[in-house]
Amino acid sequence: MKRKIFYTKPYNIFKQGLAADNPIAIAVLGICSALAVTNKVENAIAMGLGVTFVIIASSLTVSAIRKFIPAKVRMVTYMVIISTYVIVVQMFLEAYFPAIASQLGAYVGLIITNCIVMGRSEAFAIKNPVKYSIVDGLANGLGYTYVLIAVSVVRELLAFGTILNIQVVGDNWVNWVSMAMAPGGFFVLGLFIWLIRELTKNFEVTA
Amino acid sequence: MNETIEIFIASILNHNIALTYILGMCPLIAISTNVKNAKGMGLAVIFVVTITAIINYPIYMLLKSTGTTQLNLLVFIITIAATVQFLEMFLEKFIPRLYNAFGIYLPLITVNCVVLAVSLFFVNREYSFVETVSFSFGSAVGWFVAIVLLAAIREKMAKQSNVPRGLAGKGITFIILGILSLAFIGFTGLASI
Repeated sequence: MKRKIFYTKPYNIFKQGLAADNPIAIAVLGICSALAVTNKVENAIAMGLGVTFVIIASSLTVSAIRKFIPAKVRMVTYMVIISTYVIVVQMFLEAYFPAIASQLGAYVGLIITNCIVMGRSEAFAIKNPVKYSIVDGLANGLGYTYVLIAVSVVRELLAFGTILNIQVVGDNWVNWVSMAMAPGGFFVLGLFIWLIRELTKNFEVTA
Repeated sequence: MNETIEIFIASILNHNIALTYILGMCPLIAISTNVKNAKGMGLAVIFVVTITAIINYPIYMLLKSTGTTQLNLLVFIITIAATVQFLEMFLEKFIPRLYNAFGIYLPLITVNCVVLAVSLFFVNREYSFVETVSFSFGSAVGWFVAIVLLAAIREKMAKQSNVPRGLAGKGITFIILGILSLAFIGFTGLASI
């Protein structure tokens, strides 16, 4: 029974989202939020889960009503669907995690223009049935989340000497301030992409 | 008046929307392989960002007076999509030269987060109308500067340098952006926003 799970369609979709077509590392989508919120691990987790929820919910909705969306106005339709769910995430964070909500600030609203969400609606959900769209949304959301967490662990450690606000280095540690700011994000993500491409032997050929 | 000018300068240099707030990355990376395209995209962004901020400001005031500010995301994004669509048709009909110059970049701008971010930032920072105009124009100019600089560096690198194979393409672009961003952090303290 256990072996049956491999090589089924949902399994393949899942694997693609997590590794081969990882939205951040390989396709380089949704970078804005990935860099802007990764200076603290807790922000990265909140953002990752928020995006995962929005991708799943919007893929589900788009896929459920895909036969009724006219091709010409599909972009606007995605936007309305996506922004509705983003408002849900925003209000949820404000109500239950006000501290994280204020740190993320405008970036929660910017999930709308996160190309991953839009990209999955356009590339997958509009053509596939609901059950596969949910799996695809989950896989891409988790693929996004784990890169976010990996980047933020490195940045929080170097910038504040902490992980999840728990002190992990000795007293002699000097905070590396620029890691908390934009340049740190760029460098860490650049090196992370290098690492993933070397590991998967998936190189980009430059023209 | 002084504050307005200060916001303008700050949003180009030390609060550059691309290099310190890390916004608008997808087009910044995708369209920065040569300077000519980068300029086209940059100009289109300046145009759209300024116009949508001017339109969104009174709309936000309307939302505020009716107490429905939670809807601002939904309303802003629809305004932006509609404005972009309208601009495209308007330019095609009345100013075809401008349309040919950046018509192809216009549809891409709807998903450029700079446009939405500028509208969200003026809400968060409670700007007046004049400050909003100056901030949106300045941010867009800042984005233009960033994409042209990046494109110029990438164009030169593509000809001359020998990049490690795993870094080639997107990877090295992030490293360049990191160095550019360090340079812009050097302007810290020049003006406040």
